[in-house]
Amino acid sequence: MTYLKRSPWIIHYDASSCNGCDIEVLACLTPMYDVERFGIVNTGNPKHADIFVVTGSINEQNREVVKNIYEQMPDPKVVVAVGICAASGGVFRECYNVSGGIDKIIPVDVYVPGCAARPESIIDGIVKSLSILEEKRTKMNSPAAKKDTQSGGIQ
Amino acid sequence: MSKKIVVPFGPQHPVLPEPIHLDLVLEDETVIDVVPSIGYIHRGLETLVAKREFTEYVYVAERTCGICSFIHGMTYCQGVEQIMDLEIPARAHYLRTIWSEYSRLHSHLLWLGLFADAMGFENLFMNSWRLREFVLDVLEETTGGRVIQGSCKVGGVRRDISDEKLAAMAGDLKSFETELSDLSEVFLHDDSLKSRLVGVGTLSRTDAYDLGAAGPVARGSGVAIDLRKTGYAAYRELRFEPATESAGDCYARCAVRIRELFSSIDLIRQAVETMPEGEIEVKVKGMPDGEYFSRSEQPRGELVHYLKGNGTKHLVRSRIRTPTLTNVPSLVKMLQGCELADVPVIVLSIDPCIGCMER
Repeated sequence: MTYLKRSPWIIHYDASSCNGCDIEVLACLTPMYDVERFGIVNTGNPKHADIFVVTGSINEQNREVVKNIYEQMPDPKVVVAVGICAASGGVFRECYNVSGGIDKIIPVDVYVPGCAARPESIIDGIVKSLSILEEKRTKMNSPAAKKDTQSGGIQ
Repeated sequence: MSKKIVVPFGPQHPVLPEPIHLDLVLEDETVIDVVPSIGYIHRGLETLVAKREFTEYVYVAERTCGICSFIHGMTYCQGVEQIMDLEIPARAHYLRTIWSEYSRLHSHLLWLGLFADAMGFENLFMNSWRLREFVLDVLEETTGGRVIQGSCKVGGVRRDISDEKLAAMAGDLKSFETELSDLSEVFLHDDSLKSRLVGVGTLSRTDAYDLGAAGPVARGSGVAIDLRKTGYAAYRELRFEPATESAGDCYARCAVRIRELFSSIDLIRQAVETMPEGEIEVKVKGMPDGEYFSRSEQPRGELVHYLKGNGTKHLVRSRIRTPTLTNVPSLVKMLQGCELADVPVIVLSIDPCIGCMER
């Protein structure tokens, strides 16, 4: 993609990460990497967010929380799983309280590798997710999808 | 008497980078009781000792927490070395000390930023994190990792730092210190910050002691506990005093951490000056048989790794006790009687690291 059409807002949730990826997500927003200059804001409100950035894997306690945040986000929305734990459970895969990657609960659009994921790769992942977001928006606004919505169907 | 209401705080909340849930019982705007509930990021990594060899478990120990990962790895290694009676070279001790202190710098600057953010002082948040990148650059150049370093191992360290690089690191600290002074000037003397911090979330010395507070929370209330004084790694040969304040409020805890930043810089300089020559690791022979409580000072307070081996390549038990967990009772005490609007600042003032706490 060559330019940003809109200012995507992200919401970040730490599922059961060790913090390494979380502080790298925050590092993306701060002066060294500074994605805020493109209008990318870290919001705390799921209802304002377009991109759901999840770090860490799913366990029994946070299963509902992750689902809840995802469901509260308005369409179109994309999910970026940051770090190896969010993809598969990573180094904690065999722990008794880890049930696996984020994709067990909610659909994931972009996986960012790394332990901890570097800010550069997180930014790369977010940029990738933007084109998916745009695709989803176009699809949502297409006449066929609109017709579906009016007749009560889910796109 | 007005009606009591319960306001949930977390697990997903704008000021919390990590999930913890607090039920705040309010009477008007005053918090009268707090019920914390935890477990959102519990993984159960202590049981992995049964599946990973004792030399491999260092990677898991480091990933207990991404902020103070080096110190976790080091504490684990120290424990195993004590069980196996391994005498590691002096240079490895010094390198471990230097990386620990850089970790402390990075953790405290990260906290200063988040603390400013909790008060709504966005600019200060950005400036603290800008300064923090300098520390991360040094960690990356010397260990290869920004937040998870992986440079500690049972029997020593994985990498050496050349003398030229050490001299350059000490030299670069000068400009860093100047910038840090400017930053701490704002934290300690700005009127709007003072009005948010002074007298807020007070914890008396007796309470801090009785509730088992650790690290800057205890030291902010006048309890001078600093595990570095026990003299692990190279600390027995370096001079420093634990930073203490007596007020016990959010301002005191902030002041303690700022003084620790400067003492860390001083410790790094001393370590670079007196760095001994020699090997950086010893060969590990045999298997750990026995048990040991390995204790160290994390940026948030006392960290304990209890390790027990039975002469096989897998340890039988690992138990990690982290400072945030011991600070939660103190947090509940601080929150009782405060205003609802002060809750984010008080919660942040203990420097909660939930990743460590729930393991």
